[in-house]
Amino acid sequence: MEHFISLFIRSVFIENMALAFFLGMCTFLAISKKIQAAIGLGIAVIVVLTLTVPVNNLIYNYLLRDGALAWAGYPDVDLSFLGLLSYIGVIAAIVQIMEMFLDKFVPALYSALGVFLPLITVNCAIMGGSLFMVERDYTFAESVVYGAGAGTGWALAIAALAGIREKLKYSDVPEGLRGLGITFITVGLMSLGFMSFGGIDL
Amino acid sequence: MATLKEALTSPVFKNNPIALQILGICSALAVTSSLKVTLVMCISVILVTGFSNLAVSAIRNHIPSSIRIIVQMVIIASLVIVVDQLLKAYAFAISKQLSVFVGLIITNCIVMGRAEGFAMKNPPLASFIDGIGNGLGYSVVLFSVGFVRELLGSGSLFGIDVLPTINDGGWYVPNGLLLLPPSAFFLIGIFIWILRAVQKDQVEKEEFKITKNTRSVKEAF
Repeated sequence: MEHFISLFIRSVFIENMALAFFLGMCTFLAISKKIQAAIGLGIAVIVVLTLTVPVNNLIYNYLLRDGALAWAGYPDVDLSFLGLLSYIGVIAAIVQIMEMFLDKFVPALYSALGVFLPLITVNCAIMGGSLFMVERDYTFAESVVYGAGAGTGWALAIAALAGIREKLKYSDVPEGLRGLGITFITVGLMSLGFMSFGGIDL
Repeated sequence: MATLKEALTSPVFKNNPIALQILGICSALAVTSSLKVTLVMCISVILVTGFSNLAVSAIRNHIPSSIRIIVQMVIIASLVIVVDQLLKAYAFAISKQLSVFVGLIITNCIVMGRAEGFAMKNPPLASFIDGIGNGLGYSVVLFSVGFVRELLGSGSLFGIDVLPTINDGGWYVPNGLLLLPPSAFFLIGIFIWILRAVQKDQVEKEEFKITKNTRSVKEAF
């Protein structure tokens, strides 16, 4: 149990998807002007990551990796080169299914998330979560915890950035730095803050 | 021919994918701490953008619009797999350093954005050039960031010592901050600032205009 708690804390703070690995930056910068929208997107990312990382973990372990097809009678087959294509397929499919499910059963949440759901397919944080899972060789249980933690960390970061940007709107920024430029520098400072978690070894 | 040349050069400064279109920032930051890795990443992105644009444009009239995103995704993913396998075969050390970021070219918004925004509407040759141009624009930003980070962060360029560091008996004290993630954000911020100082039309409009202070100094105190 302790192992899972420390994995969760590590993926939220120390290895924060957005601020330590720069994943999902495009949406991170584009949709962080309003807190409301940022929180909606954050929740969507948490849900999608918690689903896709474990599913991709199963696909990798039982279909793709070297010798994974032993249960089907092909112990020498190594399909791991198909990894990238399958992960992106799984992500696109899960986002689509989730969209239909929410539309049918939880319309309130569906309308709150709106356009963000389909956008998530091309969010690097989702793909990155699956790729890190493969690279670090997580077990199924670990991958569930990692997915939830990575999503939470990303949501935390985007909500914090949106809060800062709402205040920043009223400040007098030099001309060329306005908009995108100052946002980059703000994110840099936030990332510097998150670096202070780096010394914690769990 | 003028338009082809334009398609190649305009994304480099005038319509830079990173600085102006906010595309493909995800990987721009993580792979810039050493120039060798940056170079490999840039070449991969240029090739993938160019050829995915070419392929998408070649079959653009046969793709039903309802499934075009999936078709584009499959084309891009297949190209990235080829790049990934090539790197693993011929440059294993660098592919280990790039780790997940080769795979993340798939979700790099530049590739997808150009396929959707340009290649779906233009003939193959123009699309191919446009893809290469956008890849170059991406590379310019990556290179300038990588150059500063490696030179000041570890005193070398492409792994060759330029500024002899104190640890090796030289005079330069390396600035460790530049090897850490936050420095990439600052450098790109500054890059955008410089670019927009030169090209004034890229400056964003203020959402909230601060009114001039109308009181005179005497009144205020």
